[in-house]
Amino acid sequence: MAGLTRTAPPAATAARGQVTRRPRRRWSPTPWLFLLAPLTLLIVFTYAPIANMVAYSFTDWDGVSPGLHFTGAGNYAEIFTRADLFRVFFVSGYYLAASAVQITAALYFATVLSFDVRFRAFFKGVLFFPYLINGVAIGFVFLYFFQDGGTLDSVLRLLGHHGDHAWLGTSTSANVSLAGVSVWRYTGLNFVLFLGAIQSVPGELYEAAELDGANRWQQFRHIIAPSIRPVIGLTVILAVSGSLSVFEIPYIMTGGATGTETFVIQTVKLAFQFNKTGLASAAAVVLLLIVLAVTWVQRRLIPDDPDRKAEPV
Amino acid sequence: MTRRAVARALVHLSLIAATLVVLLPLAVVLLTSLKSSREMADGSGALAPPDDPFNVGNYVTAFQDGRMLTAFGNTAFVLFFAVGGTVVIGSMAAYAIDRFAFRMKKPVLALFLVAALVPGVTTQVATFQIVNSLGMFDSLWAPVLLYMGTDIVSIYIFLQFIRSIPVSLDEAARVEGANAFTIYRKIIFPLLRPAIATVVIVKGITVYNDFYIPFLYLPSEDLGVISTSLFRFKGPFGAHWETISAGAVLVILPTLLAFLFLQRFIYNGFTRGAVK
Repeated sequence: MAGLTRTAPPAATAARGQVTRRPRRRWSPTPWLFLLAPLTLLIVFTYAPIANMVAYSFTDWDGVSPGLHFTGAGNYAEIFTRADLFRVFFVSGYYLAASAVQITAALYFATVLSFDVRFRAFFKGVLFFPYLINGVAIGFVFLYFFQDGGTLDSVLRLLGHHGDHAWLGTSTSANVSLAGVSVWRYTGLNFVLFLGAIQSVPGELYEAAELDGANRWQQFRHIIAPSIRPVIGLTVILAVSGSLSVFEIPYIMTGGATGTETFVIQTVKLAFQFNKTGLASAAAVVLLLIVLAVTWVQRRLIPDDPDRKAEPV
Repeated sequence: MTRRAVARALVHLSLIAATLVVLLPLAVVLLTSLKSSREMADGSGALAPPDDPFNVGNYVTAFQDGRMLTAFGNTAFVLFFAVGGTVVIGSMAAYAIDRFAFRMKKPVLALFLVAALVPGVTTQVATFQIVNSLGMFDSLWAPVLLYMGTDIVSIYIFLQFIRSIPVSLDEAARVEGANAFTIYRKIIFPLLRPAIATVVIVKGITVYNDFYIPFLYLPSEDLGVISTSLFRFKGPFGAHWETISAGAVLVILPTLLAFLFLQRFIYNGFTRGAVK
């Protein structure tokens, strides 16, 4: 959101201001012809599924048979009362903690690399690249990393630490390892977002601060931090909804075994393995509501920056 | 040493450490992909270099037994239609929304806006039933349509860019007798080129990497895209890490090349894409 409009050339915005658009009150089919395909796809693949999902969530439908029964809020009660179903929320905790690590690391590297450092482009590229890699490939890279006698064990042996720890063997260790992979994968995106925001601060500000004798920490505290607050807010909401909807990495690496099952893995299994479409729909509705609530809270807490007023929406 | 010099040294140290953390797991997989199964068994450890650095045997196995060629073909098909469709649909939607005043414009806009907040993973339970009832389950058209129909970010990128194209251009063309479609095709679309480049790159990488949708909708082995085909390495190659590694390297390599050549576009595209 932030920084978007900043990129629009001022001349263009000014030119727009002068144009008074011809008000066309007469109904014309033209815009609708252009919107036909986009709107059809939007309704068929986003809104119809949401409506159906809400409807299924009050039934015991199995996804295949023609018959279904209305069960009221039974599915919702089941999600919040069955301990084995509710447990997946605790797994999200690992990913939430990982997000905190990830945001801190991204902030640190963005700050450091916003100053003149040798090989800056190289470090930027290296930090960002994991974000572009295919999730299945990342899954395999890290299965080998945590494998008995794999990359991690070999490195530890090199450092003089012997011992066989089955990294994906126990619930805590597996979840920490998987959350670590998620830090490895996503730090780069946060880092690039932060770096972009920091670099949009005019350089004179730093020079002035330097003249006033501000050290790096003070520069961070008083110049960098305020300028990237909106981006941090955005990142935090992405992190929260992201840690609730983790799927790829744990599914590829452990398939949800040893207590690494996440909310989405559980939903996918309920729907497509156990044919509990009704229950899975209720779970999906709960997740959707949480994500929307988090977004709403974030919008309330961090008001749009004045820039955004120029946005069409 | 002054304090500043110490600080600078520490900063460099942290950057080097981060580089190692990022590159080491990838480098080891590259090494592993070049080892023979005998080398894998002799217990020389994951960090040992391969005997023959030009041993491409595992890559041949990955291509032949792992059906990576089919996978790249299917991915190319999906990429072509999904990305092409996204560009056409996104630019049309942006054109209609920005250049016309019509009743219901606000609700239409809100429809797109709210959809951007809905995480795709949550709705697949019900989307699946719709795709199934359209007879597209286990067809390459299912991911194509899903990628095309659920991409709100591209519409935003186009919307933002189209606003910087002066309306006077449209007006001039209209005076000369061009209709709305001609204006879109001859004036707006060509001028959207930078936005199209951004959308193609961001969408292309997202589609190339997606696992969830092909995993749900393309169970046939013949319809494997690179993500699902690589995922299937898990079964037959079980403990053959050298083959799995070769497969992973094959999948990562195109991304690395794209990144090296298109770096600037990629940074811009993903920052815009993420902050919608």
